Parts: sequence; structure tokens; C-alpha cells
Amino acid sequence: MQDIVLELVTRLLIPFVQLLGAYILLHGHLSPGGAFSGGTIIGTSLIFYSMAFRYSKRRHLLKHDTSMKFEAGGALLYVVVGLIGILFGFRFLTNQGVFPIGTPGRLWSSGMILLVTLGLGVKVASTVFTMFQELLEGGTELDGHD
Amino acid sequence: MGMIDRLGQNLYYLVSIILFIIGFHTMLTHNNLIKKIMGMNIMDAALFLFFVSIGYIQGGQAPILTENAGRLVNPVPSALILTGIVISVSFTAFALALVVLLYKHYGTLDADKILALRSKNYEQH
Amino acid sequence: MRSFLSLLVLLGLGALLITAVAEMPLFGAPDSPAHQGIAIKYVSDAPHDTGAINVISAIILDYRAFDTLGEATVLFVAVVAVSAVLSKR
Repeated sequence: MQDIVLELVTRLLIPFVQLLGAYILLHGHLSPGGAFSGGTIIGTSLIFYSMAFRYSKRRHLLKHDTSMKFEAGGALLYVVVGLIGILFGFRFLTNQGVFPIGTPGRLWSSGMILLVTLGLGVKVASTVFTMFQELLEGGTELDGHD
Repeated sequence: MGMIDRLGQNLYYLVSIILFIIGFHTMLTHNNLIKKIMGMNIMDAALFLFFVSIGYIQGGQAPILTENAGRLVNPVPSALILTGIVISVSFTAFALALVVLLYKHYGTLDADKILALRSKNYEQH
Repeated sequence: MRSFLSLLVLLGLGALLITAVAEMPLFGAPDSPAHQGIAIKYVSDAPHDTGAINVISAIILDYRAFDTLGEATVLFVAVVAVSAVLSKR
């Protein structure tokens, strides 16, 4: 069952939801929020799209393979940022002394935390979306095409 | 100070214990597997409430160090409970996946009926 | 029978937990043992050590970043397990 009202409202709402998610993600070191909350909001916007456009032609916004690649890439960014600390002669996941810390309170500050937040946010968003999609398609008989 | 007075002061702890008991009751008395998972989630929420309310300090604000920040709450319980929330989400997703598989195999969500079906299958072999 | 038994267990557990909770330090008291120790150091040193003014971000992504890597691993394992259980291939 295709619903034109639902699709139109969804198309209008999703940019704002994603903007809120990106704001919470990028300001994780300045205001309440961070990687897990921002990533969950972005993942929720993807779920929103996938539920509203479930019966139309443009159904797959994000395929499983792409989503898994995003997820592995986020975790890999975390580990690589941690290994840079070892490269400079410090311990795993060192911030002070390796990355430029900057003045506290600005957006471009706090060195490693911003990078790690971005990687973790992408990972959490794709995790939430993949879990939802697996549970949605696993319950149907026809191999994902219900 | 009597026990009732102390409980009135520690109202957040009391409410989290009551929520925990409600979740445990849901897990024990309902046969539906999805309701059992919902009961476990209520127990998780009770634990999170308990742990985060330990970190509160009278008149404290959120631990953001701006110029005009007054007294701050304790940030350590809030930071630690994030791990618990992530594990709760992961566990719920895995349990729901297993429930989907069980429903496809046995055709019911009732735990007792699934047990009966399993023992019947066992006797036939 | 079963509901009576579970009610009995829950009443016992509830009485135990409520008596334990009544003996805890008062809610919001600044001198309770939970607020001494490492929390004072985190609040005072976080901007200088990490550059983040949000202390919780500083804790989870700098002081205890290895713990957060473990959390990311837990999420990853959960997604892989859900895919393994539900996939048809």
C-alpha cells in the first residue's frame, strides 16, 4: 500500500532530522550528546525513510553491503586513530601530545575526540539501521521482498 | 531518622527498585517471549535510573564546563551507564532475532507451548 | 500457584532491596562516597587534558577510550550475530 501523504511528509522531515543528528554528532565535545546519541538519530532517519518508502519503487536507500562497509569503516577509523598514538611513541589511543588540542570551547578543538566521534557516529547509525532492516526482512518468507 | 524518612529522601532509589520489581514480575509471570524481553528492558531502565541518580549532587547542572557553570553533577556514573545502554540495545536485538527464528520454526510465541512441542519432538525420535 | 509463588519471591526481593536502599547515603548529598575520588579530578582537569568542555565526552572518548572501543565491538558482534541468525544464505 503506497501512501502519497506519508511519502511527502517523510521527504520534508528527513533533512531536518539528519541536520539535528549531525549537529549533535559534531558538537559532542561542547554540549550534551555525542557519538551514540547523534548516530542513533541519523540511523532513525534512515529507518524512517525505509519504513515510509517500503512499498514504493525507490525502496533501498542503503543496501546491506554498503551499510556493513560503513560500519566496518567506522570501527576501523577508531582503531587507526588509536594506532597513530603508538606511531608517535605514546600508548594506544593517546590524545594529549599527539593531536592538536586547541582552545577548549571551540568547534575545532579536542583533537582525537572529534575524529573518534565521527567514526563512532557513522558506525552507530549504520548499526541501528542494519539491525532494523535485518529484523524487518528476517520475518518475511520471500527473501526480503514482501 | 526513621526508615520511612530516609526512603522519602531517597525517592529516586525507591522508584528504581519498584521499576525493577515490575520488570521482574513481567519476566516471571508472562509466557509471551516478547513480553519477557520487554520486562528485561524495564529492568534495564530501572538499573540505569538507579545508577544515574547516584551521581546527582544537590543543585548540580550538567557537567559542561562553560564560564558561568556552578556546581556540577558527578560525570562518572553517566559515562559508565552508556556501556550498559549499548549492551542492552545489542542484547535486545539479538533476543528479538532469536524470537523471530523461534516463531518461524514453531508457529507460536508461548514459552510453555514451545517447551511442550520440543518434548513431543524429543519423544518421537 | 505459579503466580502466588512468583509474588512471594518478588515480595522478598523487594523488601531486601528496599531495606538496602534505605541505608544508602542521602540522594544528592555532596559528601557521599560516590562523589569523592576520581570524579573531582575529571571535572577539574578535563579541559586541560583533552580540550573538551563536555566532561562526559572527555571521559568516554579520552580517559576511557579503550572501554568505548569495547562497546563498539559489542555493537559490531551484535549486528553480526543478528545477520547470522536471520540470513537465509
